[in-house]
Amino acid sequence: MPRLISKPIPSSEITPREVYLNRRALLAAAAGGSALAMMGKAAFASGLRRPLEAIPNTAPKISDAPTDHDLATSYNNFYEFGTSKSDPARNADALTTKPWTIEIVGEVIKPRTIDVEELINMGLEERIYRFRCVEAWSMVIPWIGLEFNKIAALVEPTSRAKYVKFVTVNRPSEMPGLRSDMLDWPYTEGLRIDEAMHPLTLLTVGMYGQTLANQNGAPVRMIVPWKYGFKSGKSIVRIEFVEKQPVTAWVAANSREYGFYSNVNPDVDHPRWTQKRERLLPDFFASRDTEKFNGYGEQVASLYSGMDLKVNY
Amino acid sequence: MGDQVSRLRTVSESSGFSRKRLVFGLKVAVFIVSLWPVTEIVIAFLTGNTRLFGANPAEKILHRTGDWAIYFLLITLAISPLRRITGLNDLIKFRRMAGLFAFFYAFLHLMSYIAFDRFFYFDEILQDIFKRPFIFVGIAAFILLIPLAVTSTRGWVQRLGGHRWILLHRSVYIIAILGVAHYWWLVKRDLLWPAIYAGILIVLLGYRLLPKKRFRG
Repeated sequence: MPRLISKPIPSSEITPREVYLNRRALLAAAAGGSALAMMGKAAFASGLRRPLEAIPNTAPKISDAPTDHDLATSYNNFYEFGTSKSDPARNADALTTKPWTIEIVGEVIKPRTIDVEELINMGLEERIYRFRCVEAWSMVIPWIGLEFNKIAALVEPTSRAKYVKFVTVNRPSEMPGLRSDMLDWPYTEGLRIDEAMHPLTLLTVGMYGQTLANQNGAPVRMIVPWKYGFKSGKSIVRIEFVEKQPVTAWVAANSREYGFYSNVNPDVDHPRWTQKRERLLPDFFASRDTEKFNGYGEQVASLYSGMDLKVNY
Repeated sequence: MGDQVSRLRTVSESSGFSRKRLVFGLKVAVFIVSLWPVTEIVIAFLTGNTRLFGANPAEKILHRTGDWAIYFLLITLAISPLRRITGLNDLIKFRRMAGLFAFFYAFLHLMSYIAFDRFFYFDEILQDIFKRPFIFVGIAAFILLIPLAVTSTRGWVQRLGGHRWILLHRSVYIIAILGVAHYWWLVKRDLLWPAIYAGILIVLLGYRLLPKKRFRG
């Protein structure tokens, strides 16, 4: 299995936090600006967020600058809060993220429930990853988290653990989107065990130097950078090591359009649109060539050697 | 109040000239309002305020122009029923403008797709058309709109003859169905809005099947 080179970079190369955080939005919130009411609200929510200590890990290196923080927190797919891209930023404030525990169960020797604060105390890394949505837009986001394999090590999966299932919180009183039957709730995602254990796979608690915004999956979510965004479940309450491939939310909804693997792949179109190129937000033109495995092929291609990715899309 | 109304009515009935002017003034107003969705985009561009369109301005433009193409198609189809129900015959004078705005926004919608989404890769656009039903019906709807836009002038009504002109322009029913189908097929999961448009369209088309009394159109 490939390892990441994990060495700290000089502080001169680290993007200053002020660049991430958009001061205008904070000022507008302070002034109660109505024109920027939505952004202001996002800023208010981020007021509940707190800075996180994390060691920057720049491998694999990315040439693009991180997406503007306000953009990454105002354009989200999180159907539990509504199906429009702006719904999560509007509605996700209602989610209570503290206290928060994750139940880790299934084919493991030491099942346990772990508090998010414990995860944070395990030591965090900052990783700047490309994020590619199945809808052909992309962002570059500085996530903060820890390799999922470190969590797995705590519970010691047995040899029967072939897959890992990630279950999102199901709280209709705080998540208006759950009232509709848009998907089979709770939102369920899954990875093959070797995908989950891969050092690029991050259990994520923060972004842009702070804890996650609710609309981005606070307080804890997955980030699997070589797969389409929907593979990375948000606001996770349950992680289950299982023997059989789990039925994931989008596969259940439409297995012809969304496969279990959903690796970023310019050669496999979504039935209704091409995946050849993407729009790196906020660009106008979807002119950027999409890379196989979202540019992480060097690290992850070996996981799929011998597999026909057109069949296992 | 009642006195005022009756006086207005007297004025408008007695003077064809002022009635004409009223319709003309309203037409100008409707024209300006109808241009607003695109004007706002242009202003945002010129002032560099693309934030107005959120994180994905190109998608916003694509969706907005598509939405307005459908709105204007539905408005066009609503004019005859409204005219019949309200007896306001002058409504017909707005129908051509509504239809042309449907064409205008459909054109901008198509151009946004070609430029922003497909980045002028015409080979891929061709593939899209034949591989993806929602693109196919969208393009078909647009192509069918072209002859209607071209023959929308009074001159063309005379050249074709009223009967043939009406027959040709009935294809707007098919265009509207294709437009709604286009929207229905492209959404990922949430069918609420496509369903609303489909509902409105069913009402508007269904109305035309009702028995008519000395009314054509």
